[in-house]
Amino acid sequence: MSARVAGVASLTMDQVRQGLASHEFSAVELAQSALEFAQQENPKTNAYLQFSPERALAAAERVDKKLAAGEDPGPLAGVPVAVKDVIVTKGVRTTCGSRLLERYIPPYDATAVTRLEQAGGIIIGKTNCDEFAMGSSNENSAYGPVRNPLALDRVPGGSSGGSAAAVAQGTAVVALGSDTGGSVRQPASFCGVVGVTPTYGRVSRYGLVAFASSLDHIGPFGRTVRDAALLLETIAGRDEMDSTSAFAPVSSYVAQLDAKVAGMKIGLPREYFEGLSSESGDLIHKGIDVLRKLGCEPREISLPATKYAVPCYYIIATAEASSNLARYDGVRYTMRCDGETLSAMYRATRGAGFGAECKRRIMLGTYVLSHGYYDAYYLKAQKVRALIAEDFRRAFAEVDAIVTPVSPFPAFKLGEKLDDPLEMYLSDIYTITGDLAGIPCMSVPCGKTAAGLPVGMQILTKHFDETGMFRLADAFEKAGGFAG
Amino acid sequence: MKITESQVRYVADLANLKLTDDEIGRLSKDLDEILTHIDTLNEIDTSNVEPMAQVLFDADESGTLREDRERPTLGNEAALANAPQPGAGYYKVPKVIER
Repeated sequence: MSARVAGVASLTMDQVRQGLASHEFSAVELAQSALEFAQQENPKTNAYLQFSPERALAAAERVDKKLAAGEDPGPLAGVPVAVKDVIVTKGVRTTCGSRLLERYIPPYDATAVTRLEQAGGIIIGKTNCDEFAMGSSNENSAYGPVRNPLALDRVPGGSSGGSAAAVAQGTAVVALGSDTGGSVRQPASFCGVVGVTPTYGRVSRYGLVAFASSLDHIGPFGRTVRDAALLLETIAGRDEMDSTSAFAPVSSYVAQLDAKVAGMKIGLPREYFEGLSSESGDLIHKGIDVLRKLGCEPREISLPATKYAVPCYYIIATAEASSNLARYDGVRYTMRCDGETLSAMYRATRGAGFGAECKRRIMLGTYVLSHGYYDAYYLKAQKVRALIAEDFRRAFAEVDAIVTPVSPFPAFKLGEKLDDPLEMYLSDIYTITGDLAGIPCMSVPCGKTAAGLPVGMQILTKHFDETGMFRLADAFEKAGGFAG
Repeated sequence: MKITESQVRYVADLANLKLTDDEIGRLSKDLDEILTHIDTLNEIDTSNVEPMAQVLFDADESGTLREDRERPTLGNEAALANAPQPGAGYYKVPKVIER
């Protein structure tokens, strides 16, 4: 084993590129160091469910070979990446945080995984998450909760808590998560890193285990806006294997980061600033002052349908989940509990395999879709969803970006909200609207509370305007001193 | 009450979930609370609103059609590798048809 690469916990993608170019370290040395460090740190946070050393070292060897041959090893060359365990990796166990898939070894790779490896990225492991991405605290994993690396008695947020914790802890430079109602942005805000939910369809979902198909996104985490933007532009774009992936061309987000933000009109929706905990609110308002100093023009706007977003989301998300999760029936996916009849086998397997939150959502989703209730619930929710999307359309006719909090409060203590599912659902209020409208949105660090807990600022822009969103976030990160 | 215990048992049947009595009790309470909250949607008039069935579609109608060409498939062995009870190239399940 070679000596550990110095500063492995704080590397940016640029530093990895420079380190490889100047022969400070090889891709294999960096992969070994990252793996060793991640394995050593993991008992503190439980961020990883599985490490993939063979795959990582093979990918690193390919990068080193290309470098030795003078070929371009790709924009992510040698970069250690963590991947949320709801994204399938061929030959590497993928559990979705569920008992049901404890022994599931996928026979194929997700498109996002293929693309990041083709760009030279090194997947070092699979990260813990709420079971089937259902949760806001990462306490719903069958493999134990993740702890927030900045405050070990607190949650990292969810459902992509492991990916956020890995990036915050420095065990990966960047990570992939998935976002259906805030599952990238909320843990990013709790862990003090950058988390991005791109436009619906911007990243192929081929190989993302389905939760709610009209809401699911794959999104990147990074310690800087630049790193998250580079990872996104690497994995984004039309994929023949996902008919819902968008055709719109992907521009280079990174190349356009330095364009000016002065004169950008920023909408502050008044509905998002009511009922905010005072400390989080103060930090967001300080953040808005930073934007003002950059020459941006904040103004109050209204998104009147906001108060209906939580009930709308929990109808649509659970209805779609109840359908998507029907496939875990003891026939194809590793776990089976015996039953006398086919139906008894299904019931026993699902009853034993799913955790409490999954059961709650499957039940709610089945109920709202059951005979006689479709119009009252699912159809009604789709109409309310149209109103929420219309609110944003109207707002973006007047402003270039919208800025809001990510969460009403910073990271809470483990167990603090576990007994009240409705309260947990209500805490998603600021993040679910972006998913319902299908627009790009992200969390960028916006300082810390007196107790040292990070608070994230959310930036939302119109469909496919990731460029504007990243530019504003990058300028904010630099001006506020929040980078890395 | 928005939902009764017997309705919860009925929905569990539809969802193919075997639940304990404790789980039924807990879910009755949770679902009742959540459904009560969901009722706030009735405050909003949606009579002239088209439901949002497509989140985003940025191509013309035939845009997602691809060329019909032969591609290798997973193969029987790989497809069955995760099956709890494979047999003779198939998934085995409890007997469905009585002789």
